[in-house]
This record gives sequence, structure tokens and C-alpha cells, in this order.
Amino acid sequence: MTAVAQTLPAARRSKRMTPARWGLYAFIFITALYFLLPLYVMVVTSLKPMAEIRQGNLLALPIAPSIDAWVKAWTSACTGLTCQGIKVGFLNSLRILVPSVAISILVGSLTGYALSLWRVRGANILFGAMMVVAFIPYQVFIYPLVRVFSFTGLGQSLFTIVIIHTIFGLPTMTLLFRNYFASLPVELFKAARVDGAGFYQIYARIMMPMATPMIVVAVILQTTGIWNDFILGLVFAGRDNLPMTVQLNNIVNSTQGERAYNVDMAATLLTALLPLAVYFGSGRWFVRGIAAGAVKG
Amino acid sequence: MRLSLNSRLSAISALLPALLVMLVVYIGATSWTVWISLTSSRMLPNNNFVGLRQYQILLGNDRWITSVHNIVIYGVLFVSLALLIGFLLAVAIDQRIRAEDTIRSIYLYPYSMSFVVTGLVWQWLLNPTLGIQHVLRSWGFEGATFDWIVRPETAIYCLVVAGVWQASGLVMAIMLAGLRGVDEEIWKAARVDGLPKWRVYVSIIIPMMGASFATAAVLLSTGVVRLYDLSVAMTNGGPGIASEVPAKFVMDHLFERANIGLATAAATTMLITVVAVVAPYLYWRTRKGEVR
Amino acid sequence: MQKSNVDIRSLQIGFGGLKVLENLDLHVGASEFLVLLGPSGCGKSTLLNAIAGLIEVKGGEIHIGGRDVTWAEPKDRGIAMVFQSYALYPRMSVRRNMSFGLKVARTPQSEIERRVAEAAQMLRLTNLLERRPSELSGGQRQRVAIGRALVRHAGVYLFDEPLSNLDAQLRAELRVEIKRLHARLGATMIYVTHDQIEALTLADRIAVMQGGVIQQLDTPKKIYREPVNRFVASFVGSPAMNFIPGKLARGSEVAFIAGVNQLSLTGYAFRSQPTEAPAVLGIRPEHIELTASNDPSSVSARVEMVEPMGADTLIWCRLADGTAFSLRHDADTQVRVGDTLTVRFPADAMSLFDETSGQRL
Repeated sequence: MTAVAQTLPAARRSKRMTPARWGLYAFIFITALYFLLPLYVMVVTSLKPMAEIRQGNLLALPIAPSIDAWVKAWTSACTGLTCQGIKVGFLNSLRILVPSVAISILVGSLTGYALSLWRVRGANILFGAMMVVAFIPYQVFIYPLVRVFSFTGLGQSLFTIVIIHTIFGLPTMTLLFRNYFASLPVELFKAARVDGAGFYQIYARIMMPMATPMIVVAVILQTTGIWNDFILGLVFAGRDNLPMTVQLNNIVNSTQGERAYNVDMAATLLTALLPLAVYFGSGRWFVRGIAAGAVKG
Repeated sequence: MRLSLNSRLSAISALLPALLVMLVVYIGATSWTVWISLTSSRMLPNNNFVGLRQYQILLGNDRWITSVHNIVIYGVLFVSLALLIGFLLAVAIDQRIRAEDTIRSIYLYPYSMSFVVTGLVWQWLLNPTLGIQHVLRSWGFEGATFDWIVRPETAIYCLVVAGVWQASGLVMAIMLAGLRGVDEEIWKAARVDGLPKWRVYVSIIIPMMGASFATAAVLLSTGVVRLYDLSVAMTNGGPGIASEVPAKFVMDHLFERANIGLATAAATTMLITVVAVVAPYLYWRTRKGEVR
Repeated sequence: MQKSNVDIRSLQIGFGGLKVLENLDLHVGASEFLVLLGPSGCGKSTLLNAIAGLIEVKGGEIHIGGRDVTWAEPKDRGIAMVFQSYALYPRMSVRRNMSFGLKVARTPQSEIERRVAEAAQMLRLTNLLERRPSELSGGQRQRVAIGRALVRHAGVYLFDEPLSNLDAQLRAELRVEIKRLHARLGATMIYVTHDQIEALTLADRIAVMQGGVIQQLDTPKKIYREPVNRFVASFVGSPAMNFIPGKLARGSEVAFIAGVNQLSLTGYAFRSQPTEAPAVLGIRPEHIELTASNDPSSVSARVEMVEPMGADTLIWCRLADGTAFSLRHDADTQVRVGDTLTVRFPADAMSLFDETSGQRL
């Protein structure tokens, strides 16, 4: 070894904060701002009186914060002709949400169970077809479905929208449960068969109790999905059952005269509240739901 | 395993709803839609076959042309930007940063919100009188203009901004899962080989993440074709017809303009586009599944 | 090709409050094949990663080829490394996998080609150069990984459990190949494994590690014959060494008392003056001898189980006081379960350990 080689960079003891690291944190900080900005603006706008909004800065904190806009948005904002606030939509959304989530998970898990553990002829074709149609836009089905429902006399109703959510949730729910049941040790299923349990007994007594994690994921996925739906609710729920998203859009985009931005933002936040609560409440489960729902096929 | 008649019947009964949905909703409704698009139906469906007349009309329809034009701009920009930003976010998070969970939550939360909410928030932010433009001017940038949303030639880019904001977190989540799946020893080997970090990402990691990119791209693309709520809530297709999109074109012609022949022709065109994108992808996935 | 020595001085490594290595010293000579052997979690991989520069150290120094490389980047240390999971770049051909590092280091193209061809020829990879890693078998993949290390012409080659993911037969084949490579190149190699056979067959010297401490650093023969403590004695050797509890007694001569039996220790090389204290006698199954019943230093034992192992037979016996041990015998032994054997424990093959400290006496 030569003496030159002895003088290798023996310095740089700590690698904690290099320039690259500073750049990284700067990037994270700036992107985080971009993602947080709309939420922040929504909150501050909803707490300002209109006068302050007109004169002040979009980003400024409210000088005299007030929840008047929230109260108004909830109880008396106008959607077209009626002025009962967005609470009507909230209640409608809840009435749509609960049965839709329950029934779609029930049907989806049963289908996934039948497709994964029982060798029914044509099961793979059925499953493959379901994965293909999951990608097709609703616009392709909507008109015939409207006709079918009006022909059967159901028309636009709570019942109709629940069925519609079940139908369009079926591919994802089936995929979710099929993959989960297929990942369980098949010996479990065989042991239950040897013990003499039948199709529905195995489903109800053994498989579903084991599928709790998947049920949680499915509930998260369906709750946010159905709550956030706009187009299906608009077309199938009927005038008296319009979900919150539709009512929100009506409040904001069909006002006459000057727009009450604070009320608009309060209503928007109220509509986003449930999915946000689900998201922040469920933590990693939400990510898991995305992962499970994202990996189609 | 040979199934008894009883359990065979049970299994079939359990699959009945799915079968019914497949046949009636997906196959039945799709066929009907395609059929209507080949007739002269206006307000109500009739069976007066006119061949591809509706498609001809569609191609001459300004509103449709604008819609297609818009969706191409939106699709290309939205997918590429969301992939790029999502990937960069995932790479940033993968650097063992502090407060990783919080940062990830911040990136992903927009994805939990609906397009209607997204559209309305960005409509407010981009509002030229009181939104970001106003803020910039009040900070002393007197000549600052950020009025894309009221200008016909730029309105569609506003949808891109909002869409990317909403969906980048999803890409980030998919990419992060992919990055975390990379064998730690690959990184070590690259360090011993003396590769700079960016080079490892470009030459080794990105080629390894083909599946993550494909999944994210397909997911985003199907979202593109479905784009409806965002346009309705943010611009309602405006100004004028500047930010119209195909899904909205179909809905308007079905329910407001009572031209179901033209609407279904548009819907069928969307269907063909989606199949053209998804079929190769699914084929590739199943092929890959068989190889492994 | 240069051959560097490696010098590690009071190395300290920890993660958070957890100390993994503390004040570790190790010197590896140029051209030496050193094996770091130990159970998982003993710190052997941590040590290797520290030498490679893949883990930050908290204190101490690492010198390679006379240079202080404690804070140098891995690529600047004059090392090459082979990983357990091969860590091949999946989307690159074998040729590109081997040449990529050189290319990034801007080595001239002709030199790259020469080195790749040479390494490929040495590892019989020439026909596989255009394949992707996914098109190779496990053994071929690991040969590519070794090839990628070879082209670096490094002063030290580091192996992190390179054969652990292979099945038994391939493992034996590649072991021979690595040994041949070392003989041919004469390069310095540091090799981490938990497999004592690999250690014994490959090493010039073995460092047996536990709890972040090198328990014994010696030739394979010494490690096997004269383990310095009970841990080394029990970790090395298969079938395992027998341990018989008892105590030392000083009469006319020093003896080991196990229950009613007294074993002569004449000929045992004590490290210090023996004292009368509880001790553990260790002896390998192949060192126990069958003898005639009139031998004065013999004990008799009952056969409880006979395990034919192919090349030889393992016989499980029990002394009258209940102490169990195993001994190795011919494959065609006539011993049957229930027989009584007379056996002798040669003092020069024994290892005696202090009962509390476990250190060799």
C-alpha cells in the first residue's frame, strides 16, 4: 500500500443530514403542503363570515371564527327548491349505505367462497368474466338498467339503489373474498367436510368467522366507495333519496345570486367527514383495502 | 373431490346472484346498449336499425369531439403525472424518513374523498376572484394570473390538477408496496458495486417494478374513462363545453337531451376503448400467473 | 490481483440502545480464508456488513489493505460481496449483472469484457451470459453472484451465507467450487455461515461467535479438538459432543468422578492447575473406544438405541448412574439394543469444562 492511499476520506463521521437529505425533506415538505392545502382552505373558509372571505386572503386564518356556516350548511342550505340543509342528504346517504354495505359484502363473500373452495364447473369462467366487467364504465349499463327497474315497477327507490350498489360492488367483493379464502389452508375446508358440515354451514361457521380481517377491509372499501358515489345515486336513488354527494353538488352549483362560499365549504367538509373519519380511524387497514382492491385478477 | 348432489346444489344456489348479475346486467345490458346504438332511437328505444348512422353523427358532433379531445389530454397528463408524482412520493417515503406514517397519511387522504368534494374544493381554490390568483396578487404579485378554470382552452388542465391531487396517493401506496418488496440485499449489492442511488432506481428498481406500474396505470386509466363527477362538480363541462368529457356526454344525452341513440353510440365507443386497454393487461396477468 | 489483509480494532456496533458488537478485534491475513461461524443473531453478519461498509459503526476502526476504511463507501473499500439471496439484478442479463458495476465505475470496455470472460470461464458461466437470472437454477444464480464479485478484482471477498438457500447436494458442489476458487486465486476471503461443516471444510481459520463476541479464533482442527468453552464444543461437531457432569478429584492422580465411575485424566493437558470442583466432561462420539472388559479405566454401559447412519453407526448408551452418551462405531457393527458394552474415554481426546463458567480447564 502506498502512502497516498492512506489519506482516504476518513472523515464524514455522521451521515445524518447530508445535502441530499435536506433536499429530500424539502421535497416531502412541499408535497405535503400541496396535499394539505385544500383541506386547510376548506376548514378556514368554512369558519369565516362572508365579509371576511370577500375582503381577506384565502389562506388567512379567520379573524372572527364562527360556526354559523356549518349550522346553515347542515340545517338550511338550499338544494334547488327545498332549503333543509345537507342533513337530508346525510340521512339519505346513511340509509343507502348501511344496507348496501351489508348486502354487498354478504353476496360478495358467498360468491367468493363458492368460487374459491368449491369446484363448480365454469367457476373460473365466471370469475374471469367478473374481473373483466369490473373495468367497464357505468355509462354502458345505465340506460338498460333504468329501463329494467322501471319495468319491474321498482323505479327509482332506496331498494333500487341498494341493489345497484350490490351489483357494482360484486366484482371487487368477490375478488377480495375469493383470494382470501383461497389463501387459507385447504385442509381446514377438507376437515370440515369430513366432519360432515354442508356448504352453508362451512361458510357461516368456519369461513366467515375466520374472514374478519377481510370483512373489515370490505367494510372500509364499500363504505368509502358507496358514500362517495355520485352517478349511481343520481340516477337510481330517486328524488327523495338523493345521497349527500348529489345534494352537495346541488347546493354549491345551483345557487342563485351570490354564492356563500363558507356554507359551501362547510357542506363539502360535512360530506367528506365520514370517509375522512373512516380513513384516519382505520389507519393501515385503508391501505390494505386499496392493495386488495387494486390487485385485480 | 366429488361433491354430493346436495352441496353441489348449494354451491350453485350461492352463485346464482353472481350468475344473474353477469347475464342480466353485464351481458344483457351491454348488448342492449350496443343494439340501441345501432337504431334511430331518440327519447325511447326503438328497433329501427340504421347501422352505424349514430356513430357517423357522433363523429360530426362538436361536443363529442371536444369530449374526446379533452379526455385524451386529461388521460395522458393525469396518468403520467400521477404515476410520476406517486412514484416520487413513494421513493421519498422509502428513504427511512421521520414521521413516515403521518406523511403517508397526508399523501393518501385525498383518495378517501369523493370526486364531488375534490371538484368543489379545487373549484374554490382556482376561483380567480377569491382563490389562489387573489392570494398571489395580495402578496404583491400584481400581474399574477391563474384563471385557468374560467378560460375555455385551459379548463381541462384544472381537472388534471384536481385529479392528480386526488389519485397520486393511491399510486404512492401501490409503489411503496412494490419498493418495500425489493430484496434488501439488492440494495447492498448495488452499494458494493458503487452505484449511485439514482442509478439504482433507474437501472434496477424501476425495471423490477413493472407489475406495480402496470397495476397503477390500468387503475388510473379506467378512472380516466369513468371521469364524470369531477367534471360535473368542478366546471359542469364549462366554460361552455370546454371541459366536457365522454361520460358526461353520455349522461347528458341519455337523461337531458333525450337522444339515447347517440348516447349509446358514445357509450359503446367508451366500452371499446376500455376493452382495448384492459384486455391485453388481463391477458398479460393471466399469462404471468400461469408461468409462475 | 491484490490480496489485502483486514484489521479490525475494538469495533463497536449498536442499533439504538442495543449493542450488537462491543470492542471486537480481528485480524485476517492476506490470502487467508476466514469463516465467521455462529448461530443466528450472534453478530457474524453484522460484522461482515460492517467490513463491507453497509452498516455504520459506532466506534473502532476497520483497516483493509493497510488503509483506514472505517468511514469509506463500500465501493471504495476494495471489497466484493456475495449475498445469501444472490441479489442479482433481475432485469439484467448475466453479462450485464457482472459488468454493471464496472461500467458505472467507467472501466474501459475491453477490460470489462476481459474480466467478465475470465470470471465466466472460471465459473462455467460462459454459455449462460445472455440469460436472465429468472432463467437460471439456484446454483447457477449463486455462481453468477460469485462472478459479479470476482470481476471487481477486489482485495477481499465477503460471503454472507452464500449457500444457505441451496439444497444439500448443490451446497456441497458449490462448497468445493469456492474452495477451488480460493486455492486458485489466493484471495482473502471472509465467509459467514451457520453451517459448521462449511466452516470446517473451507476455513484456514474459524472465528466462532456468540452474543457479539468471538469465542474462539483458531484452525478448524483446533476448534474441533480443543474447544475453549462449552458453547464452541456444543456448536461444532455433528453428531454433537457428549457432556457428562461430574467433578474433579485429586488422589494419586487427577480423575473425573461421574457418579460411581472414575475416569482417569492422565494425559489430559490442563490449562491451569486442576482443583477439586464440579466440572463437565466433553467427549466426541468418535473418540469413545470399545475395549475389553478387564481394562481398569473402562466403564460399562447399556445400549439403548442403535442408529445406522450409512458410513457408520451411532450407538446410544447409558451408564449405570443414568448418564447418557453416544458413540460412533462401524457401519457393520453387531451391537444390539440391550447389550452391555465396555467403553474407554481416552483422556487426550477429552475436553473438560468448568461447571459454572463453561471455560476449558
